[in-house]
Amino acid sequence: MSDAPVVDVTGVALRRPNALILRDVDLRVECGEALGLFGANGSGKTTLLRILATLVRPTEGAGTVLGAPIGTPHAESVRPRIGLIGHEAALYPNLTLDENLALVSSLCIRPAMTASAALAAVGLGGAGRRRAAHCSNGMRRRAEFARMLVTQPDLLLLDEAHVGLDPEASGIVQHLVGEVVARGGGAVVVSHERERVARIVARSVVLSDGRIEPAPR
Amino acid sequence: MIHHVLVLIRSQLRNEARAGEVATIIIPFGAVALLVIPLAIGIDTDLLARIGPGLFWVVVLLFGVIVTHRQSASVDRPQRDMLTLLGVDPAARFAATTIASTLLLLVFELAVGAITIVLYDPDLTGWGWLAVILPLVAAGLAMIGTLAASLTSGLGGRSALAPLLVAPIAIPILLGAAQATEGLRVGAGILRWVLVLAVVDVLLMLAGVLTARPLEES
Repeated sequence: MSDAPVVDVTGVALRRPNALILRDVDLRVECGEALGLFGANGSGKTTLLRILATLVRPTEGAGTVLGAPIGTPHAESVRPRIGLIGHEAALYPNLTLDENLALVSSLCIRPAMTASAALAAVGLGGAGRRRAAHCSNGMRRRAEFARMLVTQPDLLLLDEAHVGLDPEASGIVQHLVGEVVARGGGAVVVSHERERVARIVARSVVLSDGRIEPAPR
Repeated sequence: MIHHVLVLIRSQLRNEARAGEVATIIIPFGAVALLVIPLAIGIDTDLLARIGPGLFWVVVLLFGVIVTHRQSASVDRPQRDMLTLLGVDPAARFAATTIASTLLLLVFELAVGAITIVLYDPDLTGWGWLAVILPLVAAGLAMIGTLAASLTSGLGGRSALAPLLVAPIAIPILLGAAQATEGLRVGAGILRWVLVLAVVDVLLMLAGVLTARPLEES
C-alpha cells in the first residue's frame, strides 16, 4: 500500500430526478484509519458507501478511492480491493455456506484463505453444509465477514454490519476492521450504534442533510 | 473470463436445482396447460396432431418466460454488487445467466415435448431437426429473459414488467420455431426458418454483451 489516502473525495453530490441525495461531501480516510459514519435514516449513508465502492457514479465531485479517480472507468480496476457488506447478505440462498464462500474464493484473484478456514474463523465451522436460506440473520452476517477474510480488501465498507449481532460476532467486526487497518488499508463503518463503533474507529463523522460534519463528542 | 462464466453457471444451476421450481412448479403447470386444450376441444385426434406442435411452442414461450425470469431474478442486487466487486465482467455475468437459463429451458422443452407427443400424437417425420431448433429457441428465450431482467432491475413491478418486455420480442422466435415445425409436418424446406432463429440469437447475443456494462452502470 502507498501512503496516499485510501479515500479522498471532495464536493461529491448525487442528484436524482426528484431528490438531492448527497451535496458537497468531502471525505478523507487515511491509510491505516477506520472512520465511523453516522447519520439519520435516509441521510444518504448507504449511497455514499456505494459511491466509495465505485458501484454508483456521483453526479458531481472528484477524488480518488484507492488511488483511482471516482466516477471514471479507471475506478473499476480497484474494485477487487474493495469489500462491501450491505444491509442484505450477498449469498445465494440455496447454496450452502461452504459453496457460497467457495464461489467467492474461485472468483477472487488472490484468495487469502480457503472457504472452510474462513468459516471456521468466524465461528461457523460446523455450519458450512447449511444452506444460506436456512441460516439466521446473524449467521448470514458472519458468513459475510468470512467473505472479507477470503478477499482481504484494502478498503472495507460496512453498512450497519452490527445489526442483530451477538457480542462475539461484534468482536469479529472489530477484528476485521483491525486487520484492514493494520495492513495499511482503510475502513468506513456505517452504524447507528455509536458506542459500539467508537471502540473500533479512530474518528467519526455525521452525514446530515447530505453533508459531512464532525461527529459530536 | 471463461473461468468466471463456468463458475457462475455451476453456482446458478446448483441454486436452481435446489430451489426445484422448474421441476416441481413450472413443468407441471406447462403439462396442465397442454392437458386442458384437448379437454376443451374434444377428442379430434387429427386436429390435435395438427395443432400440437404450435401449442407446444406457445407453452414453451409463455412458461419459458417464467423460467428465464426466475433464473435471472435469482441474482439480486447484493449478489450483483458482490460479483462486480470481485471483478466479474458484466458480459461474463450475462453469458453465465444466459447459458444457465438455456440449459434449464432445454430441460423444460424436453419434458413438455414428451408430454406433447403423448397427448397430441404429432407427426414426427423429420423431427431430428429439433436437435437444432430446441437449443436455438432455448438460447433466444434465455437471452431475452436475461436482458429483460437487466433492464427492469431495481424497478418497481419488475416481475410484471419483465414478461411484458419478453413476450413481444420473443415473437420472431415463436414464429420461426412454429414455421419450422410446420414445414417439417408438410415436408417443406425449413432452413430459412432455422436461419431466422439463428440470426435472432446472434442479434440478441450482441445486444446482451454490448449492453451488459451500460445496463450495470445505469
